[in-house]
Amino acid sequence: MYKILKAEELTTNIYLMDVEAPRVAKSCQPGQFVIVRTDEDAERIPLTICDYDTEAGTITIVFQVVGAATELMKNLKAGDSFHDFVGPLGCPSEFVNEEIESLRSKKILFVAGGLGTAPVYPQVKWLHERGIDADVIVGAKTKDLLIMEEEMKAVAGNLYVTTDDGSYGRSGMVTKVIDDLLTEEGKSYDVCVAIGPMIMMKFVCLTTKKYDLPTVVSMNPIMVDGTGMCGACRLTVDGEVKFACVDGPEFDGHKVDFDQAMKRQQIYKTKEGRAFLKAQEGNTHHGGCGNCGGND
Amino acid sequence: MEIDVLKKVPVREQDAKVRATNFEEVCLGYDKEEAMCEATRCINCKNAQCIKGCPVAINIPGFIEKVKEGDIEAAYQIISESSALPAVCGRVCPQESQCEGKCIRGIKGEPVSIGKLERFVADWARENNVKPEGAKESKGKKVAVIGSGPSGLTCAGDLAKMGYDVTIFEALHEPGGVLVYGIPEFRLPKQDVVAKEIENVISLGVKIETNVVVGKSVTIDELLEEEGFDAVFIGSGAGLPKFMGIPGEQANGVFSANEYLTRSNLMKAFDEESNTPIMRGKKVAVVGGGNVAMDAARTALRLGAEVHIVYRRSEEELPARVEEVHHAKEEGIIFDLLTNPTEILEDENGWVSGIKCVRMELGEPDASGRRRPVVIEGSEFTMEVDTVIMSLGTSPNPLISSTTKGLETNKYKCIVAEEEFGKTSKEGVYAGGDAVTGAATVILAMGAGKAAAKGIDEYLGR
Repeated sequence: MYKILKAEELTTNIYLMDVEAPRVAKSCQPGQFVIVRTDEDAERIPLTICDYDTEAGTITIVFQVVGAATELMKNLKAGDSFHDFVGPLGCPSEFVNEEIESLRSKKILFVAGGLGTAPVYPQVKWLHERGIDADVIVGAKTKDLLIMEEEMKAVAGNLYVTTDDGSYGRSGMVTKVIDDLLTEEGKSYDVCVAIGPMIMMKFVCLTTKKYDLPTVVSMNPIMVDGTGMCGACRLTVDGEVKFACVDGPEFDGHKVDFDQAMKRQQIYKTKEGRAFLKAQEGNTHHGGCGNCGGND
Repeated sequence: MEIDVLKKVPVREQDAKVRATNFEEVCLGYDKEEAMCEATRCINCKNAQCIKGCPVAINIPGFIEKVKEGDIEAAYQIISESSALPAVCGRVCPQESQCEGKCIRGIKGEPVSIGKLERFVADWARENNVKPEGAKESKGKKVAVIGSGPSGLTCAGDLAKMGYDVTIFEALHEPGGVLVYGIPEFRLPKQDVVAKEIENVISLGVKIETNVVVGKSVTIDELLEEEGFDAVFIGSGAGLPKFMGIPGEQANGVFSANEYLTRSNLMKAFDEESNTPIMRGKKVAVVGGGNVAMDAARTALRLGAEVHIVYRRSEEELPARVEEVHHAKEEGIIFDLLTNPTEILEDENGWVSGIKCVRMELGEPDASGRRRPVVIEGSEFTMEVDTVIMSLGTSPNPLISSTTKGLETNKYKCIVAEEEFGKTSKEGVYAGGDAVTGAATVILAMGAGKAAAKGIDEYLGR
């Protein structure tokens, strides 16, 4: 069992937890992820790592309630435990293995969308601890959905916050900020790292392609085991089949087939949604999941 | 009970029509009377060929003699000297090509039903709470075993019996490896059989730590240098599923057999009440002809689908066990032999709508000695299906080989280990099972785990 030391709601439907997992904390590096299960019969949920403390043996996770399993997760309190907590999975971010000197000469732009702010944070922090200040764009739908602004400010070079509805910071999508920075504001970067919803990563890649700005994305497809065994997380990168869990999760964003990846992500949406709504609404469920027509 | 000495005492099975709709075990096994009766067919050869056919060299005539006398506990202890998982092996070993294949009785008539006798003895021991005997004294040395599948459990069990302090590291949330995620309930019951066999291994003093992905959570070098292990056995299993590389393979509704079986077995997706359901296809094509393909096909059938096995060679070349093919046919699986997929068709939402295939004929033998399938020109046709399960084998998982200094792999990326004792190129590190051979059988993996336990004992005894 893996004890939860802290649990808090960051904003509507987004939660943060510190979990005791010494093995994971000891080997963890930016870019990696974990898989958790709340109880004996729960599904395996892949989550990005938001922070880690090797000495305390803890991992910080941030998640959004999207289905039956995450609904169960949000009810856990400090003192409760996860049944399973495995990791760190996937490959660390490429820059972790780069020579520090060559890394220092690079200008890096991070683009975080929504919940993607969480996995961007440990990368920016890792660089900051090595004297490298990267610029960060954080985008959210609206002010209330913005997370970790203060934490990010403390480790980023320039932080550009934008909201789709203009309720806070700049106004508009993250792609607009990229355009503005690279043209009107005269910025230039050597590499971009974008993490967020697939649709956002797709459009960030289309934008950076215009500027020939190499872009790394972190893919979060459906997974089962997370160790390469099942192939559920396969995606096409540069015409080749890759497994996000062992070959990724980070890939060259200009080579990822996003349209296919997004289609694959729909596979279990209906089923998960059904299980969730059925549990919540019981006999009063009349097709609110938008799929079953109320007959399920 | 009257018997025909030329024939096996028949074993009771669930009726094919009934079992096609449930996940209960197909074969019901012998009772004590049937087992004792079958045991009388063994002529107790002096130079027993059956033992030579067994990868873990169980004293077969020895345990059958005890069954004949009705002393099942003694029979169990004889089997336990050589095997940590008799209830599993009695069910999934390909006996026809091993012990029973060598049985003298088989020359004229049917061989002794060694597998079913082994199963009976193991089931009896479980029901009567008889445990294998553990070590008398501790050797004071620690061994790490990576993976809790057949090779890991065997290696750990043998080392524990010798007196070593053994810890198994398992990547998934439940121990058992392929016995849990791969082989379906109707061939190998999880709670009654697998979990109990694992309890027996634990009762020998073996510790199991789940949720540890060696190569990620901890490396082999760290286990040896920082965690005080004196030797390591790698039994991490086969690895990454292969795909055909044909168009449409990323469509929704295309699964690897590993994914399909893992969802059904480990995540219990076959249970309607499960939190982790699987798509229930109406018409399913399983591509491939091995044991895993049969398992996937028979699982899909039980989930309510019409199921087709699509295999590019003929029945004779099917790599699956004859018994599995026979069971599959009885249950109503349709075999589309000499048929090869060329494309998976998808509907406008990206879901599988069909599979384009060509007919094949057999030409000259290829490097594997099997006749090579050749496409018949103009034979293309489309099969309407909503689910495709690719069961084409696996390629090795790089997690361990890429994170362990000095561990040699071959051109197929399998870990190189000496056959006799499983010794690898790295000192103190032994390996066996699918991680070394590529996908094979449970019993071969157990044989390798056993050999490595001997190798490790010799290494640590120096």
